Amino acid sequence: MTAKDQAEVVLRLSNITKRFGSLTANDAVSFDLARGEVIALLGENGAGKTTLMNILFGQYTADEGSVEVLGRALPPGNPRAALDAGVGMVHQHFTLAGNLTVWENIVLGAQGLGGLSLRAGAVRARIRALSERFHLRVDPDAKVGKLTVGERQRVEILKALYRDARILILDEPTAVLTPQEADALFGTLREAVAAGLSLVFISHKLHEVMALADRVVVLRHGKLVAERAVTDTSREELAALMVGAEVTTPEFQMHAGGAPLLSLHAVHAPGLNGVTLDLCAGQITGLAGVSGNGQGALSDLISGLISPTSGEMTVTGQPVQTWSPRTAIGRGIARIPEDRHKTGTIADFDLTENAILETYATEFSRGGWMDWGRARAHTEALIATYDVRCPGPDTRIRLLSGGNMQKLILGRVLETGPMIILANQPVRGLDIGAVNYVHRRLDEARLGGAAVLLISEDLDEIMRLSDVIHVMSEGRLSPGFARGTKTPAELGQWMAGDGFDAVA
Amino acid sequence: MDILDILLSASFWAAAIRIASPLIFATIGELICERAGVLNLGIEGIMVAGAFAGWIAVWAGLPLWGGVAVAMLTGMALGFVHAVLSVPFGLSQHVVGVGLTLLATALTFYTYRVVLPEVSSPPKIEAFQALPIPLLSDIPILGPALFAQTPLTYAAFILVALVAWVLYRTPLGLAVRAAGESPAAVAAQGLSVTVIRMGAVMVGSGFMAVGGAFLTLSAFDSFFFEMVNGRGWICIALVVFGAWKPGKALLGAVLFAAFDAFQIRLQQTGVGQVLPYQVFLMMPYILSILALVIMSRRAEVPAALMVPFNKGER
Repeated sequence: MTAKDQAEVVLRLSNITKRFGSLTANDAVSFDLARGEVIALLGENGAGKTTLMNILFGQYTADEGSVEVLGRALPPGNPRAALDAGVGMVHQHFTLAGNLTVWENIVLGAQGLGGLSLRAGAVRARIRALSERFHLRVDPDAKVGKLTVGERQRVEILKALYRDARILILDEPTAVLTPQEADALFGTLREAVAAGLSLVFISHKLHEVMALADRVVVLRHGKLVAERAVTDTSREELAALMVGAEVTTPEFQMHAGGAPLLSLHAVHAPGLNGVTLDLCAGQITGLAGVSGNGQGALSDLISGLISPTSGEMTVTGQPVQTWSPRTAIGRGIARIPEDRHKTGTIADFDLTENAILETYATEFSRGGWMDWGRARAHTEALIATYDVRCPGPDTRIRLLSGGNMQKLILGRVLETGPMIILANQPVRGLDIGAVNYVHRRLDEARLGGAAVLLISEDLDEIMRLSDVIHVMSEGRLSPGFARGTKTPAELGQWMAGDGFDAVA
Repeated sequence: MDILDILLSASFWAAAIRIASPLIFATIGELICERAGVLNLGIEGIMVAGAFAGWIAVWAGLPLWGGVAVAMLTGMALGFVHAVLSVPFGLSQHVVGVGLTLLATALTFYTYRVVLPEVSSPPKIEAFQALPIPLLSDIPILGPALFAQTPLTYAAFILVALVAWVLYRTPLGLAVRAAGESPAAVAAQGLSVTVIRMGAVMVGSGFMAVGGAFLTLSAFDSFFFEMVNGRGWICIALVVFGAWKPGKALLGAVLFAAFDAFQIRLQQTGVGQVLPYQVFLMMPYILSILALVIMSRRAEVPAALMVPFNKGER
């Protein structure tokens, strides 16, 4: 028992249960939050963390249980009441209007709707004072749409502070930040705690949890499975609690590359600024960087959606003349798209149709007629080989979980025996089991001689898997660094744009 | 030169402002709807209904401002139909809007025949008279153009200022704009996107109907079926032209009206003897399209325009 037990309880969740149809997202979850305390809510995807916080914030209504803030029960399903009681939430997907200014976004809803004036001057002054006090530097008159992701998050936090939030909920706050930005955020949060705020933050990054939290609440399949003081636990124990079993993170050997299968030399294209890159046979090349810095353009270029405007591009030894997705596939380039819902699959097509999206014309048709028998057999083989959990090949793919969808895409990609694999955020949103599975498969493809380009915002992932690491910033590509020659902080500086000028 | 004479005559500018007035009402109405995220294609029908409702109310004995109020309420009622279908039900705003235009137009015809079964030509009413403002109306050109109009025209200009104030200076206006930009941001503040959007559509539709009523109560003193004549569609374009800003939309409405007033006068000059009159009728539309192309380049469309919002969906 620690001194925290005597501290005032500001938030009490009692027996929260929430069901979506047959799925129980939260199963009788209870915990307390004390003044000035930081609780990390830890769990895999689908463990019910976000659902729980949405109930607390009044966006969902719990089927059972109650939420008390400062000793008073919150009426269920009423975000207004939660805000008035002093609960502020920073959503994972920011709720900001891009065409409005920072101060407009912050003051939205904070004054009621009856007023005759927004008193813009006073609002700006208050925002400036809060920015200064909590080191959340942002221009109140800037349009939110023009801000970086890190700045937008500051606006979200300011929004909560502006309303005198006593309890701040942050849903995966570092998912979109560079390591430096994440450090700055933690600095701000520590100050907020020192000023008497209490925090709940959702994460599945163990090092963050250990760095910031006082106490960890672990959710698994909607149940609260453990509560630990950070001082009494370890990353290994937390990982095991989260997954429900001992987790062994696979180690990946480094490999010397073979011949370059895809080479870019001083390539310019919309979003790319003089990129020089070699993807070598038998190597995984990692591409780190904050999203929106040209990774999308590079990925579009390699998959044939855009062509170079200048510079040289060589694929499997031959210079590229005309470049389209069709020629890219023809040259043995296979893609795991960044967004498996939007571009990776067609949601209302069944598994068979999705499995043959790239090869239906060449492999699964005869004389202009579809050969559905072969397509179905092929899909059944994929389902078995890649362990896709599903009712069968006729299931619409939208009904699959993210992990299973990604396994099918992975199968579609790898079964063609590609020379070059473009893996754009291949494990985003997957749980640890699925992550390890995808990583092992990519590693096998590398051992089979393929050149893999791994694009990810997760520096840990890049540093574990890649043989060579490049960093992208504002359309520029850093030189390749062999794994282990740069620390995360050094890579973070490249991500922030430092170092490029020295090279150029 | 004839053209210069036209442009320097007070009567030309007075006509431009008069022609602009119904457009201003309806454009501001549409602008309010679209700022909240709802494209209201019911505008044409709502204007027809407003023109009829205001006129028939005055014919039945209500004072002129009573007629304006009836038109406003008629517009709000039709706006409510649009709002229910497009906001909580989230149906296609194109389908709802076009459907509402057909419904409102047909309902107007029907009501007209029910109220006036035996009439061959519609009865006249005592319309708004010009109300010159002392001193101001004596300013050369500007005076007769701006300050010798009917009260309803003054109301149109006051409305623009009022709506601009509400949109940019009040918490309510901010909430309306935010509902059109990011409904999720509004919902996260515990405000109801449904209420805000429905309210905006109803109020906006009310102003559209007043724009229609201007035709029967101020510009003219009777009601014809063809009198709205596509003005609603022009107002949709004027909102884009005005980049969803009240001031710029006002400018656009006056500009379009000036083209219209200009072509009427141009028909009577020497040029009018050479070219067929249809060419002149086309002029304002062609010039509007050109202006639209130039102006709308940099416009910031409300990000959530035509995007239905369902709470709890991601």
